[in-house]
Amino acid sequence: MAFYVVQFLTGLASAASLFLVASGLSIIFGVTRIVNFAHGAFYMIGAYVAFTLTERLSGAFGFWGGIVMAAIAVALIGVIVEMVLLRRIYHAPELFQLLATFGLTLMVEDIVVLVWGPDDLVGRRAPGFRGAVDFFGQNIPSYDLFLIVLGPVVLGILWLLFQRTRWGVLVRAATQDRDMVAALGVNQKWLFTSVFAVGVFLAALGGALQIPRDAVHHAMDLRIIVEVFVVVVIGGLGSIVGAFVAAVLVSELNAFGILIFPKISIILVFLVMAVVLIVRPWGLFGRPEAAARKTPGLTVNPWRPLTSNERLAALAALAMAATLPLFAGNYALSVGSEIAIFVIFAVSLHFLMSVGGLASFGHAAYFGLGAYGIAFLAKMAGLPMIVCLLLGPLLGCVGAAVFGFFAVQLSGVYFAMLTLAFAQIVWSIAFQWVSVTGGDNGILGVWPSSWAASPSRFYWLSLGVAALVTVALRIAVFSPFGYALRATRDSPLRSEAIGIDAKRIQWTAFVIAGTTAGIGGALFAYLKGSVFPDNLGISLSVDALVMVLLGGVETVSGAVIGAIVYKALNIWLVSQTDLSKLVLGGFIVVIVVVFPKGIVGMLEMLAQRRSKASPPGSPLLAKPIGSAE
Amino acid sequence: MNRAPPILAVEGLTKSYGGIHAVRGVSFALQAGEILALIGPNGAGKSTCFDMLNGQNRPDSGHVRLLGEDTTGKKPREIWRLGVGRTFQITATFATMTVRENVQVALVSHARKLFNLFGSAPNFDRSEAARLLELVGMGGYADRPCGELAYGDLKRLELAVALANQPKLLLMDEPTAGMAPRERVDLMRLTATIAREKSIGVLFTEHDMDVVFEHADRIIVLNRGNVIAEGSPAEVRGNPQVQAVYLGEGLVYDARHRDGAPA
Repeated sequence: MAFYVVQFLTGLASAASLFLVASGLSIIFGVTRIVNFAHGAFYMIGAYVAFTLTERLSGAFGFWGGIVMAAIAVALIGVIVEMVLLRRIYHAPELFQLLATFGLTLMVEDIVVLVWGPDDLVGRRAPGFRGAVDFFGQNIPSYDLFLIVLGPVVLGILWLLFQRTRWGVLVRAATQDRDMVAALGVNQKWLFTSVFAVGVFLAALGGALQIPRDAVHHAMDLRIIVEVFVVVVIGGLGSIVGAFVAAVLVSELNAFGILIFPKISIILVFLVMAVVLIVRPWGLFGRPEAAARKTPGLTVNPWRPLTSNERLAALAALAMAATLPLFAGNYALSVGSEIAIFVIFAVSLHFLMSVGGLASFGHAAYFGLGAYGIAFLAKMAGLPMIVCLLLGPLLGCVGAAVFGFFAVQLSGVYFAMLTLAFAQIVWSIAFQWVSVTGGDNGILGVWPSSWAASPSRFYWLSLGVAALVTVALRIAVFSPFGYALRATRDSPLRSEAIGIDAKRIQWTAFVIAGTTAGIGGALFAYLKGSVFPDNLGISLSVDALVMVLLGGVETVSGAVIGAIVYKALNIWLVSQTDLSKLVLGGFIVVIVVVFPKGIVGMLEMLAQRRSKASPPGSPLLAKPIGSAE
Repeated sequence: MNRAPPILAVEGLTKSYGGIHAVRGVSFALQAGEILALIGPNGAGKSTCFDMLNGQNRPDSGHVRLLGEDTTGKKPREIWRLGVGRTFQITATFATMTVRENVQVALVSHARKLFNLFGSAPNFDRSEAARLLELVGMGGYADRPCGELAYGDLKRLELAVALANQPKLLLMDEPTAGMAPRERVDLMRLTATIAREKSIGVLFTEHDMDVVFEHADRIIVLNRGNVIAEGSPAEVRGNPQVQAVYLGEGLVYDARHRDGAPA
């Protein structure tokens, strides 16, 4: 019994930090509508800075002062980031801010290694809370008890801040309707900056307070950000109380899950999140998102099929790509195959995200399912490669059919979060069900048949499939179905009023996108000769998002270019420098600020400008997004 | 007189939000080719009524019969399939598509080709799309991006989209809201002409009394969720209760007003 009580208290203590970080994310999202991917990075910097300060400063005052100073210092960094970067992109297409903050996260991961080294750092114990309290023979660290008290105290302070101060009232008002707050003459710039600062302060404080409990290391950002997303979604975006309740819930699930369901401990949290989202799509304490007032005419470039000249150009490019094996070595060919495979992956997400307006944060699940499908068929059933390639992606198709059915019931950020949860569930299964999937060791020895085994042949196979998939999806974009899908994205109200069953259309699109991603995954399994849980992990899902956004989410063919540029750059940077993440992250941030429409979007704009001497449309519509304030 | 069964029959429609009765026991009928205006001051329950006819909102009690079929509680898309076109108070169009493509989506849906993955939507029934756009005077705008249209043009585009399924009934919620005076008159004349030609029933709500009295065959007046008057424009104009409700708001309609409106 005592053991369970101690376990419960440990869970509560973990909830404190989680709550701090989650409440910060929640406040920032509520007011600015930015899903701050860099929140985990700020948490990590908070921990590192606090580590340095508490090592340098002595005594109890030095420790606690160091913690608070670290949080303030990181909040200042947050202010700079907000003013220099985010202010320029508040009006960029939705999710572009996510890309920018993801770029920041990449940069931070390399910067902390540069400054603090790659090794885990073990910080000081907290003065006054070094010992443990005896509880019926079980030890509870007294620092845990401190954290258990701290959580509700911070909740109380935040509550007072939001209920009793003018600033708090403005924040609550902006969370409900920020356009109205702006219309009432509130200086939005400073409101956004201050909110961002408070949010980052909370994240950094959460990180700083972890140092007596956990080692500081350079991968702690991704781990926390996923958990925090889960907490915020369960609690309801924008709700502080929700964040608290959900933080406790998630921490307790983690604490007891490992005891009661060790087999599925990792899934448990995501399972709960999926159930909450299905039953209460806006989280336990959240409210339905008010429909955003759309800025009219953001997209003034309607899509059109390629002209015959452009088709010839695309064919020529493909033909040139096909000549690669004539002069390139094996390494270049395997890089080429990988890029082709990622083109498949990117265009599949593009179909869902750009055409359907459904940004999946867990698209790697279907890529990975395709890969595992191949591994099962080839290794266990021993089927020939052709059969495997035809059947393997079906696993992605089935996964997309099941998960997609639930996911399309939601939209916007909640859709993104549910897809993330589903992807994590699939990842956890692959990771924990060792007897079938090999767990972390993966499934090895998945090699192509002899007809496709040579690097040049496999390259041609990948290139051919990528070209076929791209063409097929392009045809689908301009098919009646593609138009119906865009219609559900542009105006749910109007599409319902002309007889379109949006959910069925979106579900179908989800299955198409999932199956296509599965094709990419199938080829990837053969390329690498193995399958690992990472093939359906979060970072791969984020890669797909970045590729689509980089190419241009509002274009038809951006994903192809985005995938080629991102993947080539990624592989090249990893081979050239130890600081590949720093360079890549910086590159992403620059792209977002300078070319908010993505690479292809920018090219289209230039072409349009050249064809018309005067700017198109009315001046109001032609205003570049980057300069909109 | 032996009349055909009405295309729209509403019986005892009631809806309340919390303690507020938005609509109480509203009943009326609409004949083919008839233009019926639903008017009333702000908060009278017009939009609530409208949304229940269209399926966006479910009534607490009462029935809606469209073309002899009970459609109470059906979804908007099911009601559309029965032949009901809809325009919105604030236009709802597909902003990233061209004007023609907006109409084509409706035509695709009408032809039940929504799940066709291999056809060419840009070439889908261009002649019918052109005919509809010509009908509402938007023929020259077919290739313009919908996102850069003026508001009055968006309203006309909505009308073209609403006509794409050859409706027997048009539901128009404040069809001329936000338009310039000249455009208002033009749009309603156009609607009236089309309705009479094709014998389409039109139910519309409107705040502009010029529009209402010039085009409505019959008027229903709502106040606080109740029908307080019903009849020809002349009857409604002479109704003292209506005058009381509208005192100082809209009943300054007279012949001079009408002459002032450009033809």
